Amino acid sequence: MAHSQALVPNLHIATALPDQDAAALVELARWCIGYSPVVAPDPPDGIWIDIAGSSALFGGEQKLLADLIRRLSAQGIHARASVADTPGAAWAMARYGSHAVVSSERTIAAVADLPVAGLRLADSILEGLNRLGIEQIRQLAAMPRAPMTRRFGKEVGLRLDQLHGHAFEPLNPLVPKETPARRLVFAEPIGQLADLKDVLHRLAAALCQDLAEQDRGVRRLDLIFERIDRHNVALRVGTARATRDAPHLAKLFDERLETVDPGFGIEAAQLVASQVEPLSADQVEAQDMGIAEGSPVDLSRLVDRLGARLGPKRIYRLEPVESHIPERSVKRISALAPLTGQAWPATLSRPTRLLEYPERVTATALLPDHPPAFFVWRRVRHRVIKADGPERITGEWWRGAQDDFLLRDYYRVEDEKGARFWIFRDAPADQSARWWLHGIFA
Amino acid sequence: MRAGQKDVFAALRQEIRRLDGDFRQRETLSFGVKALDRRLPGGGLPRGALHEITEGGPAAEFSGSATLFTAGIAARLKGPILWCLNRRDLFAPGLVNAGLHPDRVIYAETFREPDILPAMEEGLREKGLGAVIGEVTRLGLTASRRLQLAAETSGVPVFALRRWWTMAERDLTGLPTAAVTRWQISPFISQAPPAPGLGRARWHVDLLRCRGGEPYSWILEACDAKGRLALPADLADRPDQAPRRRAAAG
Repeated sequence: MAHSQALVPNLHIATALPDQDAAALVELARWCIGYSPVVAPDPPDGIWIDIAGSSALFGGEQKLLADLIRRLSAQGIHARASVADTPGAAWAMARYGSHAVVSSERTIAAVADLPVAGLRLADSILEGLNRLGIEQIRQLAAMPRAPMTRRFGKEVGLRLDQLHGHAFEPLNPLVPKETPARRLVFAEPIGQLADLKDVLHRLAAALCQDLAEQDRGVRRLDLIFERIDRHNVALRVGTARATRDAPHLAKLFDERLETVDPGFGIEAAQLVASQVEPLSADQVEAQDMGIAEGSPVDLSRLVDRLGARLGPKRIYRLEPVESHIPERSVKRISALAPLTGQAWPATLSRPTRLLEYPERVTATALLPDHPPAFFVWRRVRHRVIKADGPERITGEWWRGAQDDFLLRDYYRVEDEKGARFWIFRDAPADQSARWWLHGIFA
Repeated sequence: MRAGQKDVFAALRQEIRRLDGDFRQRETLSFGVKALDRRLPGGGLPRGALHEITEGGPAAEFSGSATLFTAGIAARLKGPILWCLNRRDLFAPGLVNAGLHPDRVIYAETFREPDILPAMEEGLREKGLGAVIGEVTRLGLTASRRLQLAAETSGVPVFALRRWWTMAERDLTGLPTAAVTRWQISPFISQAPPAPGLGRARWHVDLLRCRGGEPYSWILEACDAKGRLALPADLADRPDQAPRRRAAAG
């Protein structure tokens, strides 16, 4: 210090206060909740804000960033910020990159030229990489995985995957102070599955009691196990409707409790209702009555359980879309969306199974606008005995030039064994048309 | 005999009756086709039970007919349907032709075969459902027994639509399971309408296995817009041609 004071005459010296820095960072992160509910401090000097869904409120990602920087600099804080698809890419871009906003799906190209320091690796690993002459992320990404893992450990591959979005990176969001939560600290570390289940049931019961007092129900629930080696294991489940049914909530975690690695033991468990909605006692009573009478079937519990098991997006209903094009006539909606009563017209004969992509068939029609006399599909020759058609479906010109769909003449054909197929010709017969098989009827 | 023992015996007898699964007394769903219902014990498909449906015919791996057959049964049941998928080839507009309204069907999509059976079982625990349909490739004795027991407990019928994509998987569908009935649906040559075009499709419906009944075969008209099958008019008045086969074990 004396040496540096000798070099610079008016050097200002301040004592490093890591604790106060961390506390100030958390305070700043709390302030950032104004931009999005999911904010996670990233010590020592970063804050993650998950702006998925909230950027539109500020007029786009660019404007949100500009607003954020302007407000921070008004407070006397110099900050760099960037938006990217993955937390890793945003981290690297904010520190080493030049783009403020990395557009969606261009992440890999955008981060390729950044230095490997953008991967959040330990200094020893960075040193090793430098010794090998690997300076850019592009070079590291081109390396074969197995030798890389053997040499530098799993972390390099994991960080690279997180950067590119191949591996999911959970943020540990800051919990707003009023969030209902229950925490249980154990005298002795626990690790048995049965113990974990018991703890979960007790936490859920206590939390639901809290919620009942506040007339609220849970939409999203986080279960955090604090291990004695300071690693946290977090599980998250969502529910389709607000609920405070403790056994049901505990059950949603059941399946995934087995995946929790207790390590040397778990010393505390916390159950946080990270998203709550108003739910009055009358509503709960009405729901229970509905179940007892069995009249309007309440599927929300089933949807929750299946969603916890398979992933919430895998449970859905299908709704008609007003489009003649078969592939576009179906839309996925939430499983508990209000019933529309709309269906596809039953007068149109549609196959029960549709190939994802139509398959080429070799077909011969006797006359230009006739159905084919026979066709060969997957090396099997089918002789057409009866046919119905054509049903002409033309492209949706209002979608613009990118719509490659021009015209299809669909025929329903029955072969000599009675099997029915849905085949089409992709142009009028006199314009070098090709035949495709698109679906299988009953 | 002490009085307490009598109660115990009565309870045990009831338990045995329950385990035996007396399908004659159970609630059934009739097909509305006399020729078919007559061959099924209890005059229809038992409700709280596992039924297996396979497809025969040229494009059997797509099981187009079996799908519509199942959808037709589901359409005639009340309540929401849980349909567990493992491929993305189901085309929902086609199910409307069997009378299954899209509002009634909840799809659960899994791409991993081992996830399908737990998802189906999860659905069977829910009492409000009309039926659970699952597209499965592997269905062993133990797994099918689990489904059967879950169905018996909740009274919800479960249909296993057997799918296969390779010849080895196709052989798997022939292995024994604990299902109460096993059906094979194959397309059959339909009758030509008077004008050019296509008439109502016909199926060759084989009841391959039926607990408490005998295997049988029919030629039937495919599901109409309300999910009903029918006996073809030109076959209805003829003497029975389908060969009677020996009852399979069970």
